[in-house]
Amino acid sequence: MITSFLAKALGRNIVITVAILLVLAALVPALNLLTAPDHPLHVPTYIVSLFGKYLTYALLALALDLVWGFCGILSLGHAAFFALGGYAMGMYLMRQIGARGSYGNPLLPDFMVFLNWKELPWFWYGFDMFWFAALMAIVVPGLLAFVFGWFAFRSRVNGVYLSIITQAMTFALLLAFFRNDMGFGGNNGLTDFKDILGFNIQANGTRSALFAASAVALALSLIITSGIVRSKYGKILVGVRDAESRTRFLGYRVEHMKLFAFVVSAMMAGVAGALYVPQVGIINPGEFDPANSIEVVIWTAVGGRGTLIGPIVGAILVNGGKSIFTAAFPEFWLFALGGLFVLVTLFLPRGIVGTARQFVERRKEYRKAREAEEARTFATAAEPQAAE
Amino acid sequence: MPARLIHRFLQCLLVAVCVMVTMLATDLRAADDLRTMVNALGGGSFQENQKQVEALAKTGDPKIVPALEALSEGDLYQRKSDGMVFIVKPAGSNFKLVDALTGDAAGEEAKAALEKVKVNNGLRRVIRAALGGLTLMSPDAGVRLQAAQTILRTPSADSLEGLDAALAGETDSAVKAVLEKARAASVLVSDRPVEEKKAAIATVVETGGRDSLSLLSGALSSADESLRPDIETGIQQIEDQLQLWAAGQNIWYGLSLGSVLLLAAIGLAITFGVMGIINMAHGEMVMLGAYTTFVVQEIIRNSYPDAFAWSLAIALPLAFLVTGAVGLVMERGIIRFLYGRPLETLLATWGVSLILQQAVRSIFGPTNQEVGNPSWMSGAFELGGLTVTWNRLWIIVFSLAVFAFLLFLLKKTPMGLQMRAVTQNRRMASSMGIRTPWVDALTFALGSGIAGIAGVALSQIDNVSPNLGQGYIIDSFMVVVFGGVGNLWGTLVGAFTLGILNKFLEPYAGAVLGKILVLVLIILFIQKRPRGLFALKGRAVEA
Repeated sequence: MITSFLAKALGRNIVITVAILLVLAALVPALNLLTAPDHPLHVPTYIVSLFGKYLTYALLALALDLVWGFCGILSLGHAAFFALGGYAMGMYLMRQIGARGSYGNPLLPDFMVFLNWKELPWFWYGFDMFWFAALMAIVVPGLLAFVFGWFAFRSRVNGVYLSIITQAMTFALLLAFFRNDMGFGGNNGLTDFKDILGFNIQANGTRSALFAASAVALALSLIITSGIVRSKYGKILVGVRDAESRTRFLGYRVEHMKLFAFVVSAMMAGVAGALYVPQVGIINPGEFDPANSIEVVIWTAVGGRGTLIGPIVGAILVNGGKSIFTAAFPEFWLFALGGLFVLVTLFLPRGIVGTARQFVERRKEYRKAREAEEARTFATAAEPQAAE
Repeated sequence: MPARLIHRFLQCLLVAVCVMVTMLATDLRAADDLRTMVNALGGGSFQENQKQVEALAKTGDPKIVPALEALSEGDLYQRKSDGMVFIVKPAGSNFKLVDALTGDAAGEEAKAALEKVKVNNGLRRVIRAALGGLTLMSPDAGVRLQAAQTILRTPSADSLEGLDAALAGETDSAVKAVLEKARAASVLVSDRPVEEKKAAIATVVETGGRDSLSLLSGALSSADESLRPDIETGIQQIEDQLQLWAAGQNIWYGLSLGSVLLLAAIGLAITFGVMGIINMAHGEMVMLGAYTTFVVQEIIRNSYPDAFAWSLAIALPLAFLVTGAVGLVMERGIIRFLYGRPLETLLATWGVSLILQQAVRSIFGPTNQEVGNPSWMSGAFELGGLTVTWNRLWIIVFSLAVFAFLLFLLKKTPMGLQMRAVTQNRRMASSMGIRTPWVDALTFALGSGIAGIAGVALSQIDNVSPNLGQGYIIDSFMVVVFGGVGNLWGTLVGAFTLGILNKFLEPYAGAVLGKILVLVLIILFIQKRPRGLFALKGRAVEA
């Protein structure tokens, strides 16, 4: 069954992309660690971290694309799943600090000592173990998506309404995580991480490993989403996107279809968040900002929604542009981003990859048509000879 | 005839002069007495001085007020050489002397030649009571009111006589009310008979308020058994009353928040509700309206400072025009290409909102801008136990006025008729000769313009910064979705419900948690009624 899933999942483009990702996962750390800093092929550590971050963004965009591009659910709350995954990882990293914090408390993180808390809140139990934190980074966003989606899809909240209430959800979580009483560090969030799985989080080796992990996670998610999209279930999902009522009348349980896609997508966003936090070294409530969710939407839109490669391309392009822009003309970044929103929706509704694919297909059709035409003219030209 | 007249006139004059002379003489004598009494303050012990102050107060002469005030402040000194008492002001190393009774300057003296008339808290209290009694007779109602309030704060049996006298002659009703309360408070601490005290308790309960509560609880500890039940029921009554007022105050805050939400959401109710366009740049329209107010006020401040009271009236139409124009450009330039694709509209308008924010930030800077309140919008007044600020009241009135205006526009004007026609059946409306593209553009401009005038109002109570709109966008969407799309009344009810709900949750859950609860409640509510409180019914809904 798995082999058939894989066989279906691996279209030509997907195989190429996965191969590129895996090669990057091996090559970049190698170039960073094994070459001397002045070697022409040396990749500096900050570049490794930067692109590691982009890869987690790409994973987030891919997660959004699964629900938006293939199921028509425009979630403006994916930042919430991303941030929850990030918080799960952040809690593990906090517990790893142990007695090395400024207050030297072996059990309590610094901010709890600062708030004069005497014991660890119950929801911090277990986060000293990596496997538990990693599990939570997937389970918690999945659970939230399940509960939220269960109610929303069952009462047939869809379209714009769904977008607005997902936005309200992440806004409510933003406000909640800003509170000190919540026990997640309030305004400052979680930071000052020391090490992960016993390795120093600042070390070149750890950073390279995190980059590789992000690339592998993205490759795996790509295979999974591709498998989902190309399966029979994926076809129904597209049916839901294009004609929800009709799919329902055909006898499919639309709300279950949507719920499954939504939960898988939220879990992927959680993984992205968990990989993001150790690479940037901080997680704070700002990650819940509804504006972040909308930014993810634009990455997906730029790359091309409804394609699997598109969101990855879009996330890396837009964020690369952001890094360059904010360094060179910080004033103009928002103009550029805003303009991107407007221009892409007006002139490039299929995104870069979608438009490119359309172009290639047209060329193919055109060539085919011309060949057919040539064949016909050849045939008509040949006919008289045959008549002779 | 003239001779007799002159005679009479001279007679009158003589009488008048005689009267004046005698008055002057008694005056002088009284002043002499006062002077010896004031001088006696120097060198006395605290107990002696308390008696002396009470004796001074008995004279009821307002001339001693400055001296007593100075004593209480520690500015009263005695000259060692002749025992005269002066009010002093420091002047370099010397003291400048002021006559304690007349207020005339009396030269300077070295510090060493003077001795301070000492004062302690006990003496200060006596002085305060004495001053209260003295100023009760002042011709100025404001001074009398202040004096009565002073006694109310520090009631004592000694001030009863003064209060009775003052009550008899009082004509100003506000002062009289405070006087009666002060008298009741004084009776409670005096050794008057029980009946009179009971009447006093009734008076105190009737006036109500927080200070009456503390007055009664103070009296409870020292009262004798027969009075206790009265005082206890009195306290209970006042507490109930206070709770009622607190609930009233909450409703007021809720109404105020609701009016703000209504203002922010009502433009959205047009663009989202009537046209079905998700305008994420709506908050930025509000922000542009606020900045228009700022610019208008800057120009008025610099060029026509006298017209400042009119600044808002000038800003209102300007803000409407500015944001309406921006809306028109948005609709013609972007949105009209995206009709029927609501999710894409959402993204494109979000992009516009980013551009507008950054544009304002580039022009005006990222910091808060100062927008002033005209005088008629600042200050507050008391309504029973409620404190009502003028700006909040005006905003409630204004939001209702805007609502009424929109309702009128939609229901009673040709433009409104066309708007509704296009919303209900675009193709049919088009067949009937309505130019639907222009109706779309004008409707969008109208919604944006309303957001702009909301910005003028919000500039009065919120910080005017490039992020102003961001704070309102989610709330306004909640209001529109909660109230029901396509229904102005729904928006009205939704805004005030959410406002009041928020303010009632706040005391129990805190401001942030209250807001989270409201969001969660709305999310749950939408599950139950996906189309809001007042949903449109019929086929058009599903289209």
